[in-house]
Amino acid sequence: MYVTARENKKNEGKVVLKMSSDENNTNVEKTEEAPPVPEFENPLANLILKKFPSATIAFANPDRTRVNVSKEEIIQTASFIRDELHFDHAESVSGVDYPDEKQIEVVYHLGSYDDPSLSKQIMILATRVPREDNPHPGNDTTKLSSLYEIFPSVAFHERECFEMLGVYFEGNPDNRRLLLPEDWADIPPLRKDFDIKGR
Amino acid sequence: MSAKLPPGLQLEKVDDRIMTLNVGPQHPGSGHMRIIIKVDGDYIVHTDPDPGYVHRGEEKMAEYRNYITNIPHLERPVIHDSCNILYPYCLGIEELLGLEVPERAKYLRVIAAELNRCVYIQYWLAIYGIFLGHSTMFMWPTGDRELLIDLLEKMTGARVTHAYFVPGGIRNDVPPNFEDVCLRQVNYFEKRIKEYADVFYDNPILISRTRDTGVLSREDAIKLGTTGSVLRASGVDFDIRKKEPYDVYDELDFQSPTLKEGDSYARSKIPWLDMFESCRIIRDALKKMPKSGSVRVKLKPKPKGGDTEIYRRVESGRGALGMYIVSKGKPQPYRLKISVPSFRNLIAMPHLLTGEKLGNMPAVYWSLNYWPVEADR
Repeated sequence: MYVTARENKKNEGKVVLKMSSDENNTNVEKTEEAPPVPEFENPLANLILKKFPSATIAFANPDRTRVNVSKEEIIQTASFIRDELHFDHAESVSGVDYPDEKQIEVVYHLGSYDDPSLSKQIMILATRVPREDNPHPGNDTTKLSSLYEIFPSVAFHERECFEMLGVYFEGNPDNRRLLLPEDWADIPPLRKDFDIKGR
Repeated sequence: MSAKLPPGLQLEKVDDRIMTLNVGPQHPGSGHMRIIIKVDGDYIVHTDPDPGYVHRGEEKMAEYRNYITNIPHLERPVIHDSCNILYPYCLGIEELLGLEVPERAKYLRVIAAELNRCVYIQYWLAIYGIFLGHSTMFMWPTGDRELLIDLLEKMTGARVTHAYFVPGGIRNDVPPNFEDVCLRQVNYFEKRIKEYADVFYDNPILISRTRDTGVLSREDAIKLGTTGSVLRASGVDFDIRKKEPYDVYDELDFQSPTLKEGDSYARSKIPWLDMFESCRIIRDALKKMPKSGSVRVKLKPKPKGGDTEIYRRVESGRGALGMYIVSKGKPQPYRLKISVPSFRNLIAMPHLLTGEKLGNMPAVYWSLNYWPVEADR
């Protein structure tokens, strides 16, 4: 379980999240009446679980919510997060390599500027794509639908993720190299099997 | 011409109107990055920022070093703002290990972070001045910056790369007479930066060059996910120090300046206004700080985190700076992602430069408060 000193301190101050529209409030009450889904203190987690039962909530702290979805569902979930939960920009897109599970995890950190009640919140949207041992970035199964249409702010972050981990984002208008040299001819460097010499 | 070119390279057809220009990576006006622009006469019709000239693989390096030995190299992306780039890292590790920072260390951290913010802004302002052809504005901030660098040297022992923040507090306490010297220097500093209005911000030449150039609307600023001074110049009041207060920022008296215009002038003014607020914060922190006490909790050698992940963010000199730490129960992070404000503001560059006149490029580009080395990591 994910409980730290800071969080305990936060809970004492009682951070209660208020949703802006009345519609969402009724949703929360409904889930309280019939509890087939586990209840989270964070109402955002409940809203997502209600809409996407196949999604899993990895943790729901007062100001961080992590949602794991399958890669087929990521577009719908992201649209829901933008339109109904009012998150409006991406802060970062990280790729995490899991060679033992033959998967690469792509983690979006989404935030909100427009809704003051959400300014502390970070919605962490994560999905996993298959990983190949001999990567051909762009030409193998390591592909994911881009969130560019929903959050234009992911453009450069996804480009970085493509070159560093070899995850091709279908729908991103620009999938060229970004930080690495143009003649880089090795595997994507942030994969775990790329070793630094001398370490 | 039928000479064989290496794969991946192609000759470009010379069009009679459109000309491609490489600005950088060694052009003094670009910083350590290249911007490929296409011009039609005097107007920029296409912009393609190409960072990566000083990419050092900080994120990969961090996976090989333990949480403490990561400190000195993690501040390298932005050495003028090194306290603020270590801040989210230390907050994250403290959350990971469950450390409680001593009260005095929290205040000293805030003071160091605010001094460092001013040092960074002064350096940026000097560059902004010289690229608009205003050499006094290069000399003044560079000189006044020394006041604060001296203070930071007294605190930390180093002029720029401080490595002052450690998980659980700060590396060492300040010398005995520090509070008086700090108060005196900060008061003088504030008097000095007030004079910048006369020579720079109220200067009709600056105003005519930056007013209404590169206007970023509020909607676009939000949609593009910009941060820091770029966002606040477009009328969005979002400052992590206010919205998600860390350490003792919620007990201190300050405001985060916001302007509505969204043009280059507003973007260049926000950091200057920030410096006044920094002076306020430092004075308030000096007053409220406990006069004695420990400044660091003792750590085990090679501390290990649990099987968890943490995302912490702070407001740096350029905007929100986040660290995403994935821990798998080892002394090293499994993955460390640094979400830097310069990289997040990069997307605004093609948006603003395309359609501008070539002569407006320095005014727009440097008003983005962009630090190429930080964006490359």
